[in-house]
Amino acid sequence: MRKFKEFIIEKFILICGLTSILFVALIFVFLLKEGLALFNTTNPLAFLFGKSWYPVSEPPQLEILPLILGSLLVTLGATVISVPIGAACAIYIAEIAPVKIKEILKAGIELLAAIPSVVLGFIGMVTLVPWVKTIFAIPTGLTALSGSIILAFMAMPTIVSIAEDALYSVPKSYKEGALALGATHWQSIYRVIVPAASSGILAAVMLGIGRVIGETMAVMMITGNAAVIPHSFLQPVRTLTATIAAEMGEAVVGSEHYCALFAIGIVLFVLSFIINVTADLFLHKRNVQ
Amino acid sequence: MKRTYLSQKIAFSFLFLATLLLIIPVGLIVVIIVEKGITAITWQFLTDIPRQGMRAGGIFPAIVGTVYLVVGAIIFALPIGLLAAVYLSEYARDNLLSRMIRLAIVNLAGVPSVVYGLFGLALFVIYFRLGTSILSGSLTLGIMILPIIITTSREALESVPYSFREVSRSLGASKWQTIRHMVLPNALPGILTGTILGLGRAAGETAPILFTVAAFYLPQLPKSLFDQAMALPYHLYVISTQVPNVDEKIRYGTALVLLTLVLCMNLVAIIIRYRFRKKKSW
Repeated sequence: MRKFKEFIIEKFILICGLTSILFVALIFVFLLKEGLALFNTTNPLAFLFGKSWYPVSEPPQLEILPLILGSLLVTLGATVISVPIGAACAIYIAEIAPVKIKEILKAGIELLAAIPSVVLGFIGMVTLVPWVKTIFAIPTGLTALSGSIILAFMAMPTIVSIAEDALYSVPKSYKEGALALGATHWQSIYRVIVPAASSGILAAVMLGIGRVIGETMAVMMITGNAAVIPHSFLQPVRTLTATIAAEMGEAVVGSEHYCALFAIGIVLFVLSFIINVTADLFLHKRNVQ
Repeated sequence: MKRTYLSQKIAFSFLFLATLLLIIPVGLIVVIIVEKGITAITWQFLTDIPRQGMRAGGIFPAIVGTVYLVVGAIIFALPIGLLAAVYLSEYARDNLLSRMIRLAIVNLAGVPSVVYGLFGLALFVIYFRLGTSILSGSLTLGIMILPIIITTSREALESVPYSFREVSRSLGASKWQTIRHMVLPNALPGILTGTILGLGRAAGETAPILFTVAAFYLPQLPKSLFDQAMALPYHLYVISTQVPNVDEKIRYGTALVLLTLVLCMNLVAIIIRYRFRKKKSW
């Protein structure tokens, strides 16, 4: 009897363990189910590389190159801002800061990670957007630049905490060896510790980028949402995520527009899948060594 | 020799500056919201329904909606997440299956929040015909916070020393008895931390509830699981971008309530973790 009970419980726990695989599969299947219908009428290459996104014209033109470029531009901007600052901050916390300051900084970064994206978007709207407008003397502050700055702040907690972990897990003996050979603390950091943690730092950067590409609300609130091919950082852009969030409410279920938004979802899902698997490989590589 | 120390000094000051560049804006954000929002917080603001097209009145339905959604999400996600963590830490061997589960969790954590919204729309709202309802929204949010709960619970379970299990098994307890009476109680604070972090995340997310539950304007409280509801983050989005001429005070007030809710949960989680670490004697 007891054996039987154990057996039932074990199987039940196994099923719960399998749910995460089930949900990933379900997400993919349902995105495909709703999204693939689009390609009965639209050529996939035209969908990805066409230049016009006019979902409400007749017939609708559903080509997402401007949205892809919008996402890429904002992501590029956010990466350029967040990677140097995030990496520097991680090094400072892991190697230089005294214990007390270290605790405060870590709490501050956890705080930043916890702020809901809609609140960051709101703060961006009321502070950053007017600044950008006056500093660059442009007609609107709702630009790719504003979006990049806010997104950088959303990527940095991810980058800092994972990179700090990677730096911290470099064996102490490496650093001691470098110091014993007469290197200064700084030399031991950039010649020994940072190279030893490089795959972890790379994973941190990738996960930060993943966070930026998937971010929705803040981007929708401050990038201006113009679905045109962007030429500079001082222009309004529209990202893949913002398009889904802004237009799904108006799309008729089963219409071409609706399917196209799900197809964008497929693109985002595949992108995040690739980024996460690659980042995980880098993290795993570090564990093996 | 002097030059190497000089370069160290310069490098360290740059690192310090970069850290300030990150930390000071965080402080500023919180200070600005608290300073401008605190004047809006009155008893009436917290307990009244929105009036005059959301340009006056309070945010009570949004607060209630968020509480319902978060509670629903956790009721769904905690049992599944906890048992999944038990599987990974106690039962799984290091084989292809457990590696696939780990990879699935990593991916689930990385799926963009708006894609969860699409998924919730396609599966719960349309396929299961639950409609835009609290139930659909809770389930969507529940799946979204599942990876957080699994990861933190698993860490908590794995931090219970192996010897505890050996002693329990050697006294004749079965594997499940060992887990129930030995491992779970000792991992409880860690599990609690993860649960609260999940709650905070669910309370702050907007994109997953956009198409699954959120009502633009609904001046009454939801009566059942199948009703639409307002929610704080979506309400903040609506009054700051969709409705013109809303008093700044109301926007800041809403932002402050949302921020306080989320940060309090995180604070509680941090405190539990801190006290647990201090108390832990192994």
